[in-house]
Amino acid sequence: MSTATHDGLTRPEQSPGTSPEGGADGGSTAATVGGRLFNGFSHVFLLVWAVMVIYPLLWVVMSALKTDSEVIRHPLSLIPAKLNWDNFARAWSAGHLGSFFLNTVLVLAGSVTLTMLLGSMAAYALARYEFRGNRLIYYVFLSGLTLPVYLAAVPLFKGVYNTSVYLPLLGPNKHLMLILVYVAWSLSFTVFFMHSFFRTLPNTIAEAAMVDGASHSRLFFSVMLPMSKPGLISIGIFNVLGQWNQWYLPTLLMQSVAGEEKNQVIAQGLIELSVNQGYKSDWSGLFAGVTMAMLPVLVVYIIFQRQVQSGLTAGVGK
Amino acid sequence: MRHGVARFVTGFLALPLGLYLFYVVWPFVQAAGYSLTDWGGYSDTQNFVGLDNYVRLLSDELIRKAFWHNVFFLITVPLFTIALALFLAFLLNVGGREDRAGIRGVFGSGIYKIIFFFPQVLSLVVIAVMWQQIYRSDGQGLINGLMIKIGLVDADNPIAFTSDPEPFLGVPAVLWWLLVIAVWSGAGFYMVLFSAAMQSIPKDIYEAALLDGASRFHTFFRITLPLLRDTVSVAWVYLGFIALDMYALVFVMTPSQGGPNHASEIFASVLNFTAFQKGQFGYACAMGVALAIFTILLAAAQLRITRRERIEY
Repeated sequence: MSTATHDGLTRPEQSPGTSPEGGADGGSTAATVGGRLFNGFSHVFLLVWAVMVIYPLLWVVMSALKTDSEVIRHPLSLIPAKLNWDNFARAWSAGHLGSFFLNTVLVLAGSVTLTMLLGSMAAYALARYEFRGNRLIYYVFLSGLTLPVYLAAVPLFKGVYNTSVYLPLLGPNKHLMLILVYVAWSLSFTVFFMHSFFRTLPNTIAEAAMVDGASHSRLFFSVMLPMSKPGLISIGIFNVLGQWNQWYLPTLLMQSVAGEEKNQVIAQGLIELSVNQGYKSDWSGLFAGVTMAMLPVLVVYIIFQRQVQSGLTAGVGK
Repeated sequence: MRHGVARFVTGFLALPLGLYLFYVVWPFVQAAGYSLTDWGGYSDTQNFVGLDNYVRLLSDELIRKAFWHNVFFLITVPLFTIALALFLAFLLNVGGREDRAGIRGVFGSGIYKIIFFFPQVLSLVVIAVMWQQIYRSDGQGLINGLMIKIGLVDADNPIAFTSDPEPFLGVPAVLWWLLVIAVWSGAGFYMVLFSAAMQSIPKDIYEAALLDGASRFHTFFRITLPLLRDTVSVAWVYLGFIALDMYALVFVMTPSQGGPNHASEIFASVLNFTAFQKGQFGYACAMGVALAIFTILLAAAQLRITRRERIEY
């Protein structure tokens, strides 16, 4: 349903050019005054909430540009005397934010790609082919949505640890292992989402492709997958954000077992900096770290805000 | 058409299913198994103890406490988040001026929506670390600093926030402070969700109501809210899951991860404490199984309660 068919009552004003005296001819004057008051109240309240969202974020970013003594003496000021960009440099190198970023990007590049590929392959096979055990496999995937990850923590770590005996690359503290674990834990929702998407695709096109001699996998990769682009974008955004923000699995699995340096991802690294007070006397450095973890996501969100909003809300709407 | 289907399906499912079974299903199955033993986690000895761990759960003081804290979040997080989100969506969509076409949304609603959504894209960890600084219990924290400056709070006796175990309305204050963060970070997302749902309600319903002389409050409570029921109930289920998963906030923000003095323990924090600090893996697994059963029952109950006939339009 397009918004154009039902503007009026519920449609937020898109163009500021609506006639201001428009209320004069409809209803009594009292109702109009009430409407004005309510309009003013709406603006005040919405503005207050907007400030409550933005102010803390802005405060963190500006604190990241202060010197340590400024953070302590003038904690509330939003304008530092001088912009101390070296806080970022210090957090990047001495605070290891640089390597956290690199690890996160390396892992996500693999895990998001694989999640999308394997997730849509499984969802497609389950959604469009009849075979024995189809429902069972679908429900096994679905059950992962309700189970708390903490329950699996101990055996999961043990399983990963034991795997490293035969396949060292899949042991604790290895990027490849984390990629596969992310993929496995993202499959439930990806399969669930893409399953309902593939179901809605028309049969006629599939049949036409088959008549033209396409194989099943050819049909999937050259016809069905391109047709699912909107769904893929939604679930892709969902997975990128979800995996970027993942903290429990890396904290559990990226532990050093033989005294080597931990390959921490960004969320995990920030927690450790904050909880272990690794920055005890370096508040501006901690603010710089949080800023660096926060800004890229916010910038990407602002650029793609329409897609991100519809992508994430579509996940709930299903 | 049927040619080679079996081979194709196997080929497409083998890898995803294999990964999923190995990294997700198998650990869960093992956890269920360990919950019947007294395994410590670091030793090789483990004895079968039957349901002893589960019996122990029932009389565990800490677990009982954590359970009620979980219930607290389970009720308050959805309640406050949905109320605030509905209110914001309402202001956004019907807070504008009235004109010939009816009541309009507020000017600038697009920008509000972008801003309110911010917390949703930030990681819970970033939010937690940020709020840790906002909640600092000295003049350096954002809130204490502001309050001291305007004289509402005594500089020698600042708000303790997440290290305050004193009960407020029967619930430790630290939990209320964590709730504030959860509502702050969730409201924008659900506002966008409700807002979209409100906009898909057809205009003629409102026109009919307006002809009958309904005010905008009437139309909201008599038309919009009932028609949003589906969306609200889905939001309730999702927020229920989020409420069960407050662990990141407890982990980063509270002293000794569940403190002070166990005032903010939830299921997940007790589980981790039992497994990794106390080294009682068998018992911790029993907690996990109990939590899983609780979650599944809850999800089923919520889906059943909120199921209702849809109104198509």
